[in-house]
Amino acid sequence: MMRRLRLNRHLTERLGFISLTLMAVVTVVPIVAVVIYILSQGLPAISWEFLADFPRDGMRVGGILPAIVGTFYLTIGTAVFSVPLGIAAAIYLSEYAPDNALTRLIRIAIINLAGIPSVVYGLFGLGLFVLFLQFGTSILAASLTLSIMTLPVIISTAEEALRAVPQPFRTVSVSLGGTRWQGIQRIVLPQALPGILTGVILGLERAAGETAPILFTGAAFFLPRLPNSPFDATMALPYHLFVISTQVPEMPPQIQYGTALVLLVFVLGMNLVATTIRSRARARRQW
Amino acid sequence: MEKTLNWREFLITRLVRASGYSAIVFVALIFFFLLREGLPTLGEVPISTLLSLRWYPIENYFGILPLVTGSIMVTLGATMVAVPFGIGTAVYISEIAPRWMREILKPLVELLGGLPSVVLGFLGILVLSPFVRTLLDLPTGLTALTGSLLLGGIAVPTVVSIAEDALDSVPRSYREGAWALGATRWQTIWRVTLPAAKSGVLTAIMLGVGRAIGETMTVMMVTGNAPVLAVTPGSLFSPVRTMTATIAAEMGEVANGSIHYHTLFFIGMVLFIISLAVNVAASSVVFRSKQRAERVLS
Repeated sequence: MMRRLRLNRHLTERLGFISLTLMAVVTVVPIVAVVIYILSQGLPAISWEFLADFPRDGMRVGGILPAIVGTFYLTIGTAVFSVPLGIAAAIYLSEYAPDNALTRLIRIAIINLAGIPSVVYGLFGLGLFVLFLQFGTSILAASLTLSIMTLPVIISTAEEALRAVPQPFRTVSVSLGGTRWQGIQRIVLPQALPGILTGVILGLERAAGETAPILFTGAAFFLPRLPNSPFDATMALPYHLFVISTQVPEMPPQIQYGTALVLLVFVLGMNLVATTIRSRARARRQW
Repeated sequence: MEKTLNWREFLITRLVRASGYSAIVFVALIFFFLLREGLPTLGEVPISTLLSLRWYPIENYFGILPLVTGSIMVTLGATMVAVPFGIGTAVYISEIAPRWMREILKPLVELLGGLPSVVLGFLGILVLSPFVRTLLDLPTGLTALTGSLLLGGIAVPTVVSIAEDALDSVPRSYREGAWALGATRWQTIWRVTLPAAKSGVLTAIMLGVGRAIGETMTVMMVTGNAPVLAVTPGSLFSPVRTMTATIAAEMGEVANGSIHYHTLFFIGMVLFIISLAVNVAASSVVFRSKQRAERVLS
């Protein structure tokens, strides 16, 4: 009797472990498959002309240069606003914020910012930046919208990096006569830099791949030239992929896959840089 | 020297604090602008129309029920995919997988979180929907089911990372205690580790659901965009349209300040309130369990 019971529970464990392993495999395999599939289907489309030329003939021929440049501009624009603000907010939360109701409110606000649907950011950007502040459908309005969406990612990862710097670093700085800010600027920030950088890149990666927030704030269906001021609308890779896969009939699949590939490389490249910085910093850390 | 230094310090401290408060300001601003552009709807469209079954803005039918049910249908479907696979993967990564496997799986799941939703929508149109159509012999592959499957995949990384954090933070002594009493690792997972991480796992599920409700591009591309009431299980196999997709698809074509414009903002307001509720609930679960842990420790 005892023996059978034991056997059963070990059999259950065996079966349970196998099914959980299978679940993990089923979760992960499609991810790898998606990346490999896009790579294999998209690579034949990649050529110098595809990367460096304008779309022609209703976007069915030619390249995607304006979309690449547009996504680049939007990413830079997002960084300009969200990086300083996000890091400063993280410094406040990690180094200055008292443990009170207001700080808890800030944290709840950050969690909420992270959860707001991307299309609602688009509505907000349309209401505030495009119409109320009259920036028009522009790179400026789209970048501002994207940077507010990126903010929670940057704040939470940067705060984590700052908190990971051991307390004695700060104490020693103060004991040598440094002010609080000097300690932060010269000791804490440099130590936390790799972690902060990782968070920044992960945040910008999200911004670069987003479509919904720029739909009504800065994305253009088609532009025959590159934007030449922040007040111009722009084409962007994610929006372009959306347009050519749903709005343009008889689109050659090769151009679609090529566009998806370029977007994927852009985004995954950033991801790779971020994870490399993180793992290198972890290996080199002295504390 | 001393004076300028203090002055700088003062200014920087102020700036840093203002940045800290900015998150609150942004949430308030977002809510304010949604209210400002969305609330006029209540004056322009009778409530009975708003709660009717027909969404056809060109002829002034503004019934949002089909969109609400569409969102619920797709989200429920996505939850049924994301919760078992998300929690299962999280348990596998944190409790069962050998170290080298962890090092492979974690970045891969993170990678899924980073894939642009438009890329998944694109593959949904070209690969998944023909597959669904032929497999189930449907007139179209652009259905609520297709959306649910993709959306489930999109919600998985959220569920995995939060649930795994929760499982990781269960003290090792809990597991050792169970093992010492003769429990198998499987029994320990189900009766000790998971119950101990309950609040974190619950948070993971809630935030995963929140992620699914708010997803826009993928659902717009693969659910077929038909604003019909979706309440029977059968409508899982027909085209639907979600609240997010409606905003994204129609906002580009409406005149600013029109009834249609206000109604789309109204839908955005509803989405904002849903995500606010989900996130406040999720964070209050976390806060409460933290307080409980502190009580136990002291």
